[in-house]
Amino acid sequence: MGGAQRPPQRRLGQWFGVLPFFVFSSLFLIGPTLILAYRSFEAPQGGLTLDNYRQLTSELVLNAYGMSVRISLTTALVGGLFGFLLAWAVSMGGLPRPFRSITTTFSGVASNFAGVPLAAAFIFTLGRIGLVTALFKVFGIDLYETGFSLYSFLGLSLVYLYFQIPLMVLVVLPALDGLKRDWREAAENLGATPGQYWRYVALPVLLPSILGTMILLFGNSFGAHATAYALTGGLFTLGTLLIGQQISGDVLHNPGLGYAVAMGMVMIMALSILIYSLLQRRSERWLG
Amino acid sequence: MSGGFLTLEGVRKEFKGKLAVDRFDLEVAPGEFVSFLGPSGCGKTTTLRMVAGFEHPSAGTVRLAGKDVTFAKPNERNIGMVFQSYALFPNMTVAGNIGFGLRVRKESAAARERRVAELLELIHLPDKGKSYPYELSGGQQQRVALARALAIRPQLLLLDEPLSALDAKIRVELRSEIRRIQRELGITTIYVTHDQEEALSLSDRIVVMSAGQMEQVGTPFEIYNFPKTSFVAAFVGTLNQLHCTVADAGSGAVAFNGQTIRVGSPIQFAKGTRVLMMLRPEELHLGEEGGDNRLSGKVDTVTFLGGVVRVRVGLGDSNLTLDILNERTLRLPTVGEQQTLSFPPHACWVMAEN
Repeated sequence: MGGAQRPPQRRLGQWFGVLPFFVFSSLFLIGPTLILAYRSFEAPQGGLTLDNYRQLTSELVLNAYGMSVRISLTTALVGGLFGFLLAWAVSMGGLPRPFRSITTTFSGVASNFAGVPLAAAFIFTLGRIGLVTALFKVFGIDLYETGFSLYSFLGLSLVYLYFQIPLMVLVVLPALDGLKRDWREAAENLGATPGQYWRYVALPVLLPSILGTMILLFGNSFGAHATAYALTGGLFTLGTLLIGQQISGDVLHNPGLGYAVAMGMVMIMALSILIYSLLQRRSERWLG
Repeated sequence: MSGGFLTLEGVRKEFKGKLAVDRFDLEVAPGEFVSFLGPSGCGKTTTLRMVAGFEHPSAGTVRLAGKDVTFAKPNERNIGMVFQSYALFPNMTVAGNIGFGLRVRKESAAARERRVAELLELIHLPDKGKSYPYELSGGQQQRVALARALAIRPQLLLLDEPLSALDAKIRVELRSEIRRIQRELGITTIYVTHDQEEALSLSDRIVVMSAGQMEQVGTPFEIYNFPKTSFVAAFVGTLNQLHCTVADAGSGAVAFNGQTIRVGSPIQFAKGTRVLMMLRPEELHLGEEGGDNRLSGKVDTVTFLGGVVRVRVGLGDSNLTLDILNERTLRLPTVGEQQTLSFPPHACWVMAEN
């Protein structure tokens, strides 16, 4: 009946509330992406070209993408695993209650600790003359003699894990809290061992959350620029560093290619977010 | 105390020094339907959880089918349990949920399928095997939870307030369903509830609990009509209580506001003792035809409840509530109207004032 419908004015009023969000995202997300898309077709001499996208299959770009994917996958998997175990420990591992608030507070801070300060912190601790490196030397272990380097793939992964593990803790902890005690008891009551409960109930229920968060970690690492740049000085060829080199570098200056590489990364990130949202939707239905 | 199918002997449970259940002794016969009834925090769920194995007693023993299971793990007891929250596994279909217990027992897929189909028929949801729990209504989910608990052919069925999350109409439907299935399978059942109507309508026997202790064990008829403590009397059903003085213990007479009320049997308290005289609302009648005892007062409230009309009549500082069966020709009393109430002596009983 007509009485059940809201008047148009009220519906417009509701949209008015989200206007600032749309203005903000238009100015700082949609607008820049459209500009990026347009400029990715610009030739160095002016005019439009598809050549920038052709160059995406060159060895230089493929290596950069490959390295970004490798480091993102590594830190997403390792960060995801250790973050999950840490979240499990504070959520249902029987640790003293204060440990949970300490862990979540630390995770909140650490997951946002990135860029130059993070790189500096690691250089001061695990660099060639860092504090921890020196401490190891006291015990007769020369880290750098063992093949470790902070400025290598392993070193950079370690630095990324500093924010990846806490991010996993923060995102997966509510999912773990969402596991109902009744499910465990119902499974036990029906004859399941704790192992069977985890295999058939808990892990499948958590899987969308775990995978979704790992994809988030992948994206988090994939888009990281400042930390890698500050730590390796741009010597490491990651997608994000290559963009910087192409847009503002003196030697490899080709802004069009830089924008095309950036567009490629935007696509990968968009795909990650899409998969994350789909998994999150399923997880909310189960754990909500 | 060793002949029951389920026997609890001297069971006590403390949580960090706080007593939750104490001196709990009960024998449940095979095929019997026993309800634990009491207010929140009275220890009924804790007792049930000790039977299920989720809690261990601080003292006492739990025996099931002659075997001491006091400290046995829940997955070693072969007990089916239905939870208040349904506790269906959200990642599994209805069939997956019902077949879960058989799956972890490594029964063949064919045997599992047969049993699932059988139980879906039993709960009248034959077409819902492929649905997920979130696609079902609350009532349907609880039926699935019941089927899941029964799938493993448990020796004992436990139901922990299974209907409390459902709306009134579904609750009534489902409780007949539970009783039908229980009778059909002849399975020994313990049912926890705070809803007296549920306990009275479902049970062979009721254990009324308060503050961690058993107040009374008896059939619904005994519990309602012959409560042994004032708690049971007040908790089960609506009860009128009048503060009286014993006038003649031998002949069973008490004095109330200068009037004598006869109770059906001799009183065990001495003359002059302050006592509570109790009677149920359905034993009272408007007018003088309801029995030898008569009291007069003014109508305070009239509440129409559908099948019955509840009338409260003020008697000075006290009041009496009576239920009149509704019929279309009924003349409803009006508020402020002077009325005489009558009731038979055998409807009254006396307890000590606390």
